[in-house]
Amino acid sequence: MPARRLLPSEEAVDLIALVRDLATKELAPRAAEAEESAEFPRDVFRLLGQTGILGLPYAEEHGGGGVPYEVYLQVLEELGRVWASVGVGVSVHALSCFGLVTKGTEEQKKEWLPDMLGGDLLGAYCLSEAHAGSDPAAMRTTARRDGDHYVLNGAKAWTTHGGQADFYKVMARTSDDRNGISCFLVPADTEGLVADNPERKMGLMGSTTATMVFENVRVPVERRLGEEGDGLRIALAGLDSGRLGIAAVATGLAQGALDASLAYAQQRTAFGKRIVDHQGLGFVLADMEAAVQSARAVTLHAARLRDQGLPFGREASVAKLVATDNAMKVTTDGVQVLGGVGYTRDFPLERYMREAKVMQIFEGTNQIQRMVIARSLDTSTQTGLELVR
Amino acid sequence: MNIVVCVKHVPDATADRKFESDNTVDREGVDGLLSELDEYAVEQALQLREKRSDEEISVTALTVGPAKAADAVRKALQMGADKGVHVSDDAIAGSDYLGTSLVLAKAIEKIGSEQKVDLVVFGMASTDASGGVVPAMVAERLGLPQVTLASVIESQGDQVRIKRDGDTATEVIGATLPIVLSVTDQSGEARYPSFKGIMAAKKKPVESYSLSDLGVEASEVGAEAAYSAVEEATARPPRTAGEIVTDEDGSGATALAEFLASKKFI
Repeated sequence: MPARRLLPSEEAVDLIALVRDLATKELAPRAAEAEESAEFPRDVFRLLGQTGILGLPYAEEHGGGGVPYEVYLQVLEELGRVWASVGVGVSVHALSCFGLVTKGTEEQKKEWLPDMLGGDLLGAYCLSEAHAGSDPAAMRTTARRDGDHYVLNGAKAWTTHGGQADFYKVMARTSDDRNGISCFLVPADTEGLVADNPERKMGLMGSTTATMVFENVRVPVERRLGEEGDGLRIALAGLDSGRLGIAAVATGLAQGALDASLAYAQQRTAFGKRIVDHQGLGFVLADMEAAVQSARAVTLHAARLRDQGLPFGREASVAKLVATDNAMKVTTDGVQVLGGVGYTRDFPLERYMREAKVMQIFEGTNQIQRMVIARSLDTSTQTGLELVR
Repeated sequence: MNIVVCVKHVPDATADRKFESDNTVDREGVDGLLSELDEYAVEQALQLREKRSDEEISVTALTVGPAKAADAVRKALQMGADKGVHVSDDAIAGSDYLGTSLVLAKAIEKIGSEQKVDLVVFGMASTDASGGVVPAMVAERLGLPQVTLASVIESQGDQVRIKRDGDTATEVIGATLPIVLSVTDQSGEARYPSFKGIMAAKKKPVESYSLSDLGVEASEVGAEAAYSAVEEATARPPRTAGEIVTDEDGSGATALAEFLASKKFI
């Protein structure tokens, strides 16, 4: 049963209908096999670009859709419902464009954004390092100025689309200050930039993750976003939006698990009746629905704050925490609803469960989210009453 | 060039279908969409416009149906059609193919009264009634050549050449515009609308016609005027479990072969 949605406009309704259509026809038939064989669906991203889905949250003047986050996140959710790797990929790609939109010069935007938002160029995001995940300021990758170039050296871990992307948004150290970090857009074919073998992950195998190694990679100064030292701010500013993206994908993943579980419970019989009619399982499904709706509600609350231009960092962390923890619970319960077959690879539930796990880890672990929330609670001075404008 | 694409709003084939008490399809109680087979017609019209980009070509999506049928026109506009025409009148409900073709032909004539219609494009059939005869009927009413079931369409100037795949032969048929054309599901996958297309469609003009706008009397259409009627509609029985051949004495292969032969599969 598809999720019930209250949407702000007719075009939003048509957009969600389009995404459902695309997800059903183009994503659903391929997801299981591609995940099994670790096949990255580059063509899907091209199609999503052509239909305007990659650029939805960005302004129309840059080739985007000018869609509020409230709607964009529901698009991500619909993608995540059918194929989490694609939902994550769209979110990561959007994040990789974020710095350019907020800090790029007009020339930089004009040159790169249309292709990035149009799907011709796929983006990736290089922040974490092997020893610096939750604490990005501890990074060691350097960018040394050499005339009108920077020379990058180091290794960036956990790069989603690593080796697949056409450009990398890279944070690297331009001074020894803890915050002396700058941001660069590096084309994939730059000499000295190579991807390690992809990580052998527990799930999300349709989304390639690799360490990107930089060995004397020369990047023209024009490819720096913002000023020297702006890097960490750019990275962190995008993270709140990225967290919302992951919250939405996790909500969709949970919805997908609920849908598959419900469909199974409606046709499987035991003791002469459908298992959905056994209260024990009916209540499990009811709790799954409650968890999915809760995840959606907190995510869209944060999105609406963002759309109003209000601070939304704490709410984004709450959304990421709640939606991904709920996805873990819902997918685990989904396996239980299917019983023995839920544990086999012939049914998608075990895959959903494996996919949910990483969502509690990436884009800031859920422990980091709790730190952010606690710190925000301690320092907040807001009255909490905001008017929709 | 002026192209009219006839599109039909049909119940979603993946959802449960229901019938009204008079055995007509329940169109209000179920989700509907632009018939998938008509998407191919829209696609071919748009491709023709793109291939002949040096000409001024306008694509009008035309539908006949209740208020919800406007969604079919809107989808065609989102895909790229330039304008829409929606014929709606309570008296049309229950029309058979003849009634429907009359309304369509009159609507095409009305569109043509402003600018001559050069090409009318249909899908090969609707995905609900599956008649596939309306294109021919409309051609007859308009007095135009009918070129149907095209899998490949080429055009230059006022000449159109199509390929029609039959069971035993492939025909190549030529015709001079104006014509009525129907295209198959082999003619090329229909594009998805883009978000830009969705936004642009909001600003495209859609005209609404009633029967009186078309000069059609209510008595000429609808269930009363229909030459045929559905007398009974029964839901298809649920699928049965099928037959299981168990091989206990080595005769399994023979049993399987006999079963397949009895169904004429081998």
